[in-house]
Amino acid sequence: MTDTPLVSVRDLRIGAVTDSGRNVEIIRGVDFDIAPGEMLALIGESGSGKTTIALSLMGHTRRGCGIKGGTIRVGDHDITGMSERKRARLRGSDVSYVPQSAAAAFNPSKRIMDQVVEATRIHDLMPLEKARDHARDLFRALALPDPDTIGERYPHQVSGGQLQRLSAAMALIGDPQLVIFDEPTTALDVTTQIEVLRAFKRVMEDGGMAGVYVSHDLAVVAQIADRIVVLKNGEIQEQGTTEQILHAPEHAYTKELIAAFDPVPHEPVGQVEPEKETPILEVRNLCAGYGPMKDGEPLIKVMRDVNFELYRGRNLGVIGESGSGKSTLARAVAGILPAYRGEVLLDGKTLSPSLSQRSKQELQRAQIVFQLADTALNPAHSVGAIIARPLKFYKGLRGAACEKRVIELLNMVHLPPALRHRLPSELSGGQKQRVNLARALAAEPELILCDEITSALDTVVAAAILDLLKELQQELGLSYMFISHDLSTVEAICDDVLVMYKGEVVEALPAARMSDEATHAYSRLLVSSVPQLDTGWLEGLEQDPELLAAFSGR
Amino acid sequence: MTTTNGSSRKFRLPTPGNMGYSFSWVGRIGAAIIVFWAVVALIGNWITPYPVGEIVDWDYFSGVSAAHWMGTDYLGRDIFSRVLMGARYTVGIALASVTLACSIGVILGMIAAVIGGWFDTLLSRLLDAFNGIPSLLFGLVVVAAVGSSIPVLILTLAAIYMPGSYRFARALAVNINTMDFVTVARARGEGTPYMIAREIFPNILGPVLADLGLRFVFIVLVLSGLSFLGLGVQPPYADWGALVRENIEGLSLGAPAVIFPCIAIASLTISVNMFIDNLPTKIRDRAD
Repeated sequence: MTDTPLVSVRDLRIGAVTDSGRNVEIIRGVDFDIAPGEMLALIGESGSGKTTIALSLMGHTRRGCGIKGGTIRVGDHDITGMSERKRARLRGSDVSYVPQSAAAAFNPSKRIMDQVVEATRIHDLMPLEKARDHARDLFRALALPDPDTIGERYPHQVSGGQLQRLSAAMALIGDPQLVIFDEPTTALDVTTQIEVLRAFKRVMEDGGMAGVYVSHDLAVVAQIADRIVVLKNGEIQEQGTTEQILHAPEHAYTKELIAAFDPVPHEPVGQVEPEKETPILEVRNLCAGYGPMKDGEPLIKVMRDVNFELYRGRNLGVIGESGSGKSTLARAVAGILPAYRGEVLLDGKTLSPSLSQRSKQELQRAQIVFQLADTALNPAHSVGAIIARPLKFYKGLRGAACEKRVIELLNMVHLPPALRHRLPSELSGGQKQRVNLARALAAEPELILCDEITSALDTVVAAAILDLLKELQQELGLSYMFISHDLSTVEAICDDVLVMYKGEVVEALPAARMSDEATHAYSRLLVSSVPQLDTGWLEGLEQDPELLAAFSGR
Repeated sequence: MTTTNGSSRKFRLPTPGNMGYSFSWVGRIGAAIIVFWAVVALIGNWITPYPVGEIVDWDYFSGVSAAHWMGTDYLGRDIFSRVLMGARYTVGIALASVTLACSIGVILGMIAAVIGGWFDTLLSRLLDAFNGIPSLLFGLVVVAAVGSSIPVLILTLAAIYMPGSYRFARALAVNINTMDFVTVARARGEGTPYMIAREIFPNILGPVLADLGLRFVFIVLVLSGLSFLGLGVQPPYADWGALVRENIEGLSLGAPAVIFPCIAIASLTISVNMFIDNLPTKIRDRAD
C-alpha cells in the first residue's frame, strides 16, 4: 500500500439557503483523510453535519445545499471539480452508499436480486450472470440465510436485519473503493445489530475496502472503526484512532459523549413496603391484540397474560425487541388499544378497558408520552397552547393563571419561558421531547407511561432527558412505566424490569440485578448484546449460536 | 399635549402584516383582482352604461368602439354592461356554492375520520353513490323540477361538489388522525368537536384551500353549462359562462363579444388560484 490516502478532504464548506432566504453554513472547513482499507467513523449528534459530509464524498448534497468551497478527492477523481454526469458514473462503481433505512431503500415491487445487481447494469460492469454469481457470493459473505435463493424474494419477505445486509450487498456489488454507511444499524434491535455489524466488518476486511461509518452511537463505532472523527455544528472537534478517542479523549465534547454512555445507575426514591400499600398501577392477565374480533378475541394477539405491580414512586422498565408487544402494553394500559381480557387497576380501582369509558379523573392520573416527539406535537399549535390545553381541560384554568402555570411547567422541564410562543417545528428534538413531558406534567399525573421516549434522541440529549425524569420524580413523587429497547437506558432509570418476548413477559427482575441474575435465555442474550465502549467487544463476544438462531426467529 | 395619560399601548390595526402574515406579490395581485370583481359584482347594477337586456346597436358582433367598450353581442347588446352584470352571478353563485360545498364536505369528512367505524362507512358509501350521478344531469333534473332561481342554483352546485370535497378532506383527515398528537388528545379524553376544530382542521387547511380554488373553477364551468341549457341564470341576465356560450358563433368573426367574457372568467379563476397558492406560508404549509 502506498502512503497517499484514498480519500482526502480539504477545507470542505457546505452551505444551504433556508426558507427565509438566509445563507447558513452547515459544514465549516472540515479536513480529513482516509487511507486505503481504513474504516473512518463520523460521529456526532443530529445536525452536526455527519451525513452531509458522508454524502458529499459522492458529490451529492441534499436539496437546497451546495458545496461552497474546499476539495474532495477520492482515488484519482477530484469530486468537487467534476460535472454531475461524471459524478453519476462514479456512484455505485467507485463510491457506494448504504442508507439508514434499508426498508425505504428497496423498491417493494421488485425482486431483491434485480435491485442488488442494478448497479452493474447501469455502469456496464459485468454480464448479468456474472453479476448474479457475485451477488450470491456477497450474500454468503454477509452471512445471509439461503444465499442462493434469497435474491428471489421480495423485500417484505426478509427481516429488517437481513434487508440491511442486502442493501450492503447492493452497495458492494460494483467493487467500490469506498463504502459509505449512513447509520445502518440505528433502526435495528440490539440483538440484530450484532449480526449486521459482524457481517459488515468481515466483508469490509475481506475486500480491503475503505469505509465511512456515520453514527451517533459511540459503542457501535468502537466495534467497527479504525479512526473516529467527532463532529459538532459542522466542525471537527477531535479526530484520532478509536483507542485514543475512547480512552484518552481530549476535547470536552468527546468527554461528554463518553460520559453520556455510562448513565448513573438509578437509586429508588423512598422506601416502600409493598404489603401495606396499594400499587399505583396493577395489571392482571392483560391480553391485547389487533384485527377483527372473533369469539371475543382479536385475530392477531400481540400480548398475552401480562401481570405486574408498580408501586408509588417506583419505576418499571419494559424491555424487548420490536414486535415484542411492549408498546402494545403501554397502549393497553392507557386504553388507546382496549385490552380484550384482563384488568388494569389504577390505585386499586379497576379501569374500563376502553378509553371512552374512563372518567376524566382516571385519564388525568395516567399520562402517556410517545417516542417520536415531532409527531406527538400538533404542528399548528404554539408550545404555549399545547401545554395550556391539559390545564384548561382538566383544571379549567384560564387567562393569566394558565399562562403562569405554563411558564412554571416550562421551567420545570428546563426550557426558557419565551419558548411558549414558538411552533414545534422551531424546536430541536430534545426540546420537543421536553415539551411533551411538560404537557404530560400539566395534567398533574401520578403515573407517566413513557413509550421509548429517548430512543429517537442523541446520546447526550437522551441522557439529559433521563436526568430530568429523575429530577421530576424526586420533586413530584411520580411513577414511570418506561418502555425501551435499550437495556442501559432502562437500567439508568428503573427499579424493576420486565423482559418481553413475543408478547409474553419472560422475566421480571429488579433492574440492578438484571445483568447478573437474568436466567431466561432471551434476557441473557439481550444483556450480552448491549454494545460496550471497548474496541475488542464484538470480537470477544461469545454468544451461543443456537440461542441466537432460536431467538432471532429467522 | 394631546396624548392620553398613562396609556403607552399603541393601537395597531389587525392587518395581515401586523399579525405576522406576509403576502407575496403574486398573492396580492390575485387578491386585488378578486376584490375588484367582488366590487363590480356589488355595484355593477349602477355603473352599466346601457340596460343589460336592451338592443342598443343594429350591428351584431361589432368591434370595440367608444360607445361600446367591449363591442356588442349576437343581438347587438352592449357586452361591457353584460359583463359587469354577469360578475354578480358568476362571482356570487360560484363563491356561495363553493363555500357551502367545501364547508359541509370538510366538516363531514373530518367527523367521519375522527369517529370512524360504521358512521364513516355509511356516510362514505352514501356520498359515493351520490357522486355516481352525472353532475350536469343531476343539475338538470333538480332545476327542471324545482325551477331556476339563484338559491336553487347555489344549492344544486353545492350538492354536486360536496361529495368530492368530503372525500378529499376525509383522506387528509384520516392521515392526520393516525398521528401521535391526535392519540395524545384522545388519551386526554377530548371530545369530537375539539378534535376536529383544533387538532385536525389546522393541519389540513392548506390542501383544503387549494382544493377550494380548483372547485371554484369547476363550479364556474358547470354554471355556464347549465346556463347554456337554459337552466342557469335566466335571460336577459347572463353569467360569464353563458355570455361565452351565446356568442360562440362570433368566434370566427373575431368578435370581442366572446373574448371579453373569456378574459373575465380567466382573470377570476386564475386570480383565485394565485391567491390561494400564495397564501402566507403560515397558513399554507403549517403541516410541514
